[in-house]
Amino acid sequence: MSEHKGVWVYCETDESRLRRVALELDTKARDLADKLSEEVVAVLIGNDIERHAEGLIYQGADKVLVVDDEVFTNYTTDAYSKAMASLIEERKPSIFLLGATTNGRDLAPRVAAKLKLGLTADCTGLELNDKKHLVQTRPAFSGKVMVELVSPETRPQMTTVRPNVFKPAEPDNSRTGDIEHVKIQIGPDDIRTEVLERVKEAVEGMISVDEAEIVVCSGRGIKEPENLKLPEELAKLLDAAVGGSRPIVDLGWLPPTQQVGQSGRTILPNLYFALGISGAIQHLAGCAGADTFVAINKDPDAPIFENADFGIVGDLFEVLPEIIAEIKRVQSER
Amino acid sequence: MGLMSPAGQRTGSPRGVSFMKIIVPIKQVPEAVEVRIKEAADTLNTDGVPRIINPFDLFAVEAAIQLKEEKGGEVIIMTMGPPQANDAILKALAMGGDRAIHLTDPAFEGADSWSTAVVLAEQIRKMEYDLIICGRQSMDWDLGQVGAELAELLDLPQITGVRHLEIAGDGKHVITHRVTEDGYEVVKAKMPILLTATKGLNEPRLPNIMGIMKAKKKPLETIDAATLGLDATQIGREGALSKIVRVFPPEKRKGGIKLEDVEPKEAAKQLVEFLAKKGAI
Repeated sequence: MSEHKGVWVYCETDESRLRRVALELDTKARDLADKLSEEVVAVLIGNDIERHAEGLIYQGADKVLVVDDEVFTNYTTDAYSKAMASLIEERKPSIFLLGATTNGRDLAPRVAAKLKLGLTADCTGLELNDKKHLVQTRPAFSGKVMVELVSPETRPQMTTVRPNVFKPAEPDNSRTGDIEHVKIQIGPDDIRTEVLERVKEAVEGMISVDEAEIVVCSGRGIKEPENLKLPEELAKLLDAAVGGSRPIVDLGWLPPTQQVGQSGRTILPNLYFALGISGAIQHLAGCAGADTFVAINKDPDAPIFENADFGIVGDLFEVLPEIIAEIKRVQSER
Repeated sequence: MGLMSPAGQRTGSPRGVSFMKIIVPIKQVPEAVEVRIKEAADTLNTDGVPRIINPFDLFAVEAAIQLKEEKGGEVIIMTMGPPQANDAILKALAMGGDRAIHLTDPAFEGADSWSTAVVLAEQIRKMEYDLIICGRQSMDWDLGQVGAELAELLDLPQITGVRHLEIAGDGKHVITHRVTEDGYEVVKAKMPILLTATKGLNEPRLPNIMGIMKAKKKPLETIDAATLGLDATQIGREGALSKIVRVFPPEKRKGGIKLEDVEPKEAAKQLVEFLAKKGAI
């Protein structure tokens, strides 16, 4: 196992665009690698993605492996897992981190099974213990418990990491590193699924709840779809994303991409507004990690208040306009 | 730690549109709201907690039954779990599954996703099938790894997070909608294949009285580790590659300020002041 060296990060791209989680993981990998005296290696797989390599070095990578080929234009489990497994087998890293995105969570278990590796999904904490094993922390049972796991016998130690957990460091443009192109042979028979079409459902101009620093989320208390204008106005003032709890997404008032909670998105914004949301455990599982948590609800006994740093018991339709007016006033004074 | 050899003896093959064999691996999970942490232990106390079929698995069961009803075929429910998981099997059979396989052995306990997939794969290699449909992830551990690990062990293609499923006109391919961050992608692949089902795929039916009565008479095989031919080092806690070190309660958010009976205008003023002070806005 001692031959395994290097902290690897899979830097996911989507239509040639680098996902933000890659920068978050690059930063965390730097921290781990320094403690282990090992290198950070960023792995880019895609089509037309080489231009991201330099930025990954500024972000903390010592080396970037670039697998750039048309065959990787669309994500396919077969092509990506074959590429990833062959890189790992050949170069033997000690740690391998991926973002817990849709594709990251499809790819990681496939690669882990190919190489017979232990794997943990959707971690929210990563530390080294006294044996220098990677301790992977994650919530389970809808966030009721936290669990620490290790993969003591297999290398690399592999985990997918929840986006928005680690903050990316400021890039350091003076950093230098190697960029190495790797060619991986993928034959036409290797890919057994075909992506016919990609459909975007996110409403044009709607900020995604995953990446927004502020999220304004509405629940059943909003009563009518027309009433969403109010949280939308607040969101606009704060450059925030508009989110919804499961009931209002199920009613079709907001697209599924905006759903916060266990069956929707798990988010870690700086500031979270829960408007007319009672605070079911499944909802809290998706948002309890917010830095600052604000709740407005008519019911003084709603469990949401147990989580709120600032709670207001009152009628949403009376309180929210006042909040909007007050923020406007404060902003105009700045 | 060499490569796991792909299953050479896989018997799955496209059987055409007339008769589909569909395997649905399910998991019985404790209802999350009732779970407590055992004092100073690496396990959770789930004794006495009501158990249900993992909700994502219900989408898989329903999808399989709908395909059978449309195309003809057989739905085989499979679970690895303790004797009480029999309740989950009976419910899936009551929904419309045709027969079931219960992989049960004390040696299976403490499995991680890998040592679970190993057991399921060992059984499935002995079977014929066109489709395997799993739930996207279990509601207890939320890892979502068994499906893909099972697909790899069986050398099958996979499509995870499926919320729409149809069989192509040729009867040999599936056409699916796979959920992505900002929508979905339309993915086509030839059977046999492993799919994982997610929300939106269907509305799982509730078993009716007739179904519940029939379920008890449907064929149910019980299989242990020895019958599968797996030894103790491959399965359960010993076969697990990922080990639990510690279970602990999450840091509880402390409720902070709570304004009651405060005029909306005043409440708004205090909130905005609070947020500005924290640098949150």
